[in-house]
Amino acid sequence: MRLIEFWLSHKAEFLAALAQHLTLVLAATGFAVGVGLPLGILAYRRPRIGSPLIGLANIIQTIPSLALFGFLIPIPFIGGIGARAALIALVLYALLPVMRTTVSGLQSVDPAVREAGVAMGMTARQLLFQVELPLARSAIIAGIRVATVAGVGTATIAAAIGAGGLGEYIFRGVAMVNSTVILAGAVPAALLALAADFGLGWFERRLAPGRGGGDSRRFGFAMAAVAIVLILLVGFLLLAERPRGRIRVGSKNFTEQLILGEIVAQAIENGTPLVVDRKLNLGGTLVCEQAMRAGDLDLYVEYTGTALTAIFKLPVALDPDEVNRRVSESYAASGRTMLPALGFNNTFAILVRGEDARRLGLKTITDAARHSRQWHAAFGPEFLDREDGYKGLSRAYGLEFAEPPRAMDLSLTYRALAGGQVDLIAGDATNGLIDKLSLTMLEDDRHYFPPYHAAPVIRTEVLLLHPEIQKVLSRLSGKISDSEMRRMNYEADVEQRDTAAVAKGFLDRQSKD
Amino acid sequence: MDFGLGDRYGTGHLIVRNPKSKIQNPKSKSTIEMIEFNSVEHYYPNGQRVLAGVSFAIAQGEVIALVGRSGSGKTTILKLINRLLTPTSGEVRVEGRATTEWDPIRLRRHVGYVLQDVGLFPHMTIARNISTVPRLEGWAEDRIRERVDELMTLVGLEPDAYRNRFPRELSGGQRQRVGVARALAVDPPVLLMDEPFGALDPLTRAEMHREFQRIQARVRKTVVCVTHDMSEAFALGTRMGVLASGRLVALATPAEIRRATDPEVKIFLDALPRTGNDL
Repeated sequence: MRLIEFWLSHKAEFLAALAQHLTLVLAATGFAVGVGLPLGILAYRRPRIGSPLIGLANIIQTIPSLALFGFLIPIPFIGGIGARAALIALVLYALLPVMRTTVSGLQSVDPAVREAGVAMGMTARQLLFQVELPLARSAIIAGIRVATVAGVGTATIAAAIGAGGLGEYIFRGVAMVNSTVILAGAVPAALLALAADFGLGWFERRLAPGRGGGDSRRFGFAMAAVAIVLILLVGFLLLAERPRGRIRVGSKNFTEQLILGEIVAQAIENGTPLVVDRKLNLGGTLVCEQAMRAGDLDLYVEYTGTALTAIFKLPVALDPDEVNRRVSESYAASGRTMLPALGFNNTFAILVRGEDARRLGLKTITDAARHSRQWHAAFGPEFLDREDGYKGLSRAYGLEFAEPPRAMDLSLTYRALAGGQVDLIAGDATNGLIDKLSLTMLEDDRHYFPPYHAAPVIRTEVLLLHPEIQKVLSRLSGKISDSEMRRMNYEADVEQRDTAAVAKGFLDRQSKD
Repeated sequence: MDFGLGDRYGTGHLIVRNPKSKIQNPKSKSTIEMIEFNSVEHYYPNGQRVLAGVSFAIAQGEVIALVGRSGSGKTTILKLINRLLTPTSGEVRVEGRATTEWDPIRLRRHVGYVLQDVGLFPHMTIARNISTVPRLEGWAEDRIRERVDELMTLVGLEPDAYRNRFPRELSGGQRQRVGVARALAVDPPVLLMDEPFGALDPLTRAEMHREFQRIQARVRKTVVCVTHDMSEAFALGTRMGVLASGRLVALATPAEIRRATDPEVKIFLDALPRTGNDL
């Protein structure tokens, strides 16, 4: 089976991802219990304070997880990208089930039993620890169980902000349109969720009130042990976050970016003593930009046209040198340095099926605009949103469709086009799938799209600290042509080679020249 | 709940008007007033009156059986004694001190309480349940173990057989015995019992009554026992109190109660089983 082959060939990486995933979920659940349990007790004792807290946790719970991760990126200290921000988001999600079951567990204690405790002369604290909490225990464990199982699922999405874990494979698989890679992450995540559900369910039954096993002292020891392990894990996690002589290299979440991220990372690893932390597969241009501004990311490869319009919101310019100059200046003004461009121009490619192009004689976007009223289109969310994306394009060419274009994951639009679900997409000019799926790229005859030359962008602060990076990366200047880039994308997307291996192949070819 | 009788019949000859009067208490030779109610009124937070001008005194060693309909204020009287409630007006004194002057925690450990539905801690063994208050008081383990065995023997539960059982493994009568043992654990001078035998079948209840008499003969506590069962009150009480609509309409010995002509009291006498009782 291909899935097993994949695991075997990526054994170390897979085990690391699994460990990352587990750590993330356990630490988040641990924190959520540490915070949610006292808050739940507070909510039970003082409903006036507690009810708004539960309301707040409820609201957080309704925020879609990808959105919550997005909100966290620009927040200093707790936010950003990487495991720390993911941990915060997961803790926020786990709080509600823990708090709510703590409250309902405490409320479900038989009033006669509680009154007996008071009448025996127990203080409020003694009543809580000797009577109420032990009796609410199995209900609380049930809440922890819900939080953990949900956490296993949510943690897969944390890969979008570079937290790693099994979600890496899912995102990578979606980007590569490779279901084996998706399953390599999805199957163990599902199994993990089932295991957590089963394990904690067993624990919960063992701790049901009045059962022989419910010795409160033994339970206390067990909880203390779990707490210590969690604290240690979290400590390591946070320690690992501290950047020391390390360069954090990022990339967006599509194949070309993964390859470029690897090329830059490996070039630094090969040419300098620095250690590279890969934060590849981040959820888009703005995630990378905000992560850089927050100081969570040191370096990634950006496209000049994208920086011009999407990041710095400058008017579209068509002359490559003019674009280069403006973007360079804007980066310099915001504490970044744009290094020499790598060579190729990954402009947007307006794509149609090859057979349609032949049948209708389509060569340019102007040709397509004549037919587009009968067509359906799908675009990546970024393209739909960006000023230099669909809005401007439809103005420039009078492009209109049978219904408003659908927003889809960028990498899925190629399949949707080839499969006939849509008739026009906006892809990347260097995408390897264009040839594989026999798509035709229409000429931008009105020169709507600005140039999109890829260039590494680095935080100036880091560059001053490690000037050797500039030397190493300058060697790549102009070395990746359009065809070279399309070839590498083809190797990764179509031949399903590992992006790290593709990058290594390129660097090996370079060093031979 | 007001039955509309209290005001019309509230002046029967058995009513204690002067709590200090020892004439009402033929058994009392000592002058120690363990529990005293002085013109106690109590209202629910919603403004409903539960107790209206209740005054009485209980001497050391007495067993007071309080009878009355549901809602007549019996349980409220118990909760006023261990300060689970405080009077809206008037005062309740335990060993001569107003309950509001007691540290509530000290007071409650000083007063044993057997609850209506036993209220054993379901997550604790029998031994643990019984030793609750000694543990709160910080007794040494040896002393606790000794005391638990002693109490279990006292209430007729074989320590070795029941010590490590859980409440759900016991019958209703056995649970009730544990409840009594728990209330007696630190040897409190006062014991409050709220319908302690209400949930038991008649045979077990009769057995528990005999057991109670036997235990009380040994421990000589001051007991206030709430019941809605007149025959139980006759079986247990050295004196009986009759509550109606928040008023104490009678407090007298069983013999006096049996001769009562007061309609409030006669309602309860009429409810006694006629056949085969020796009262």
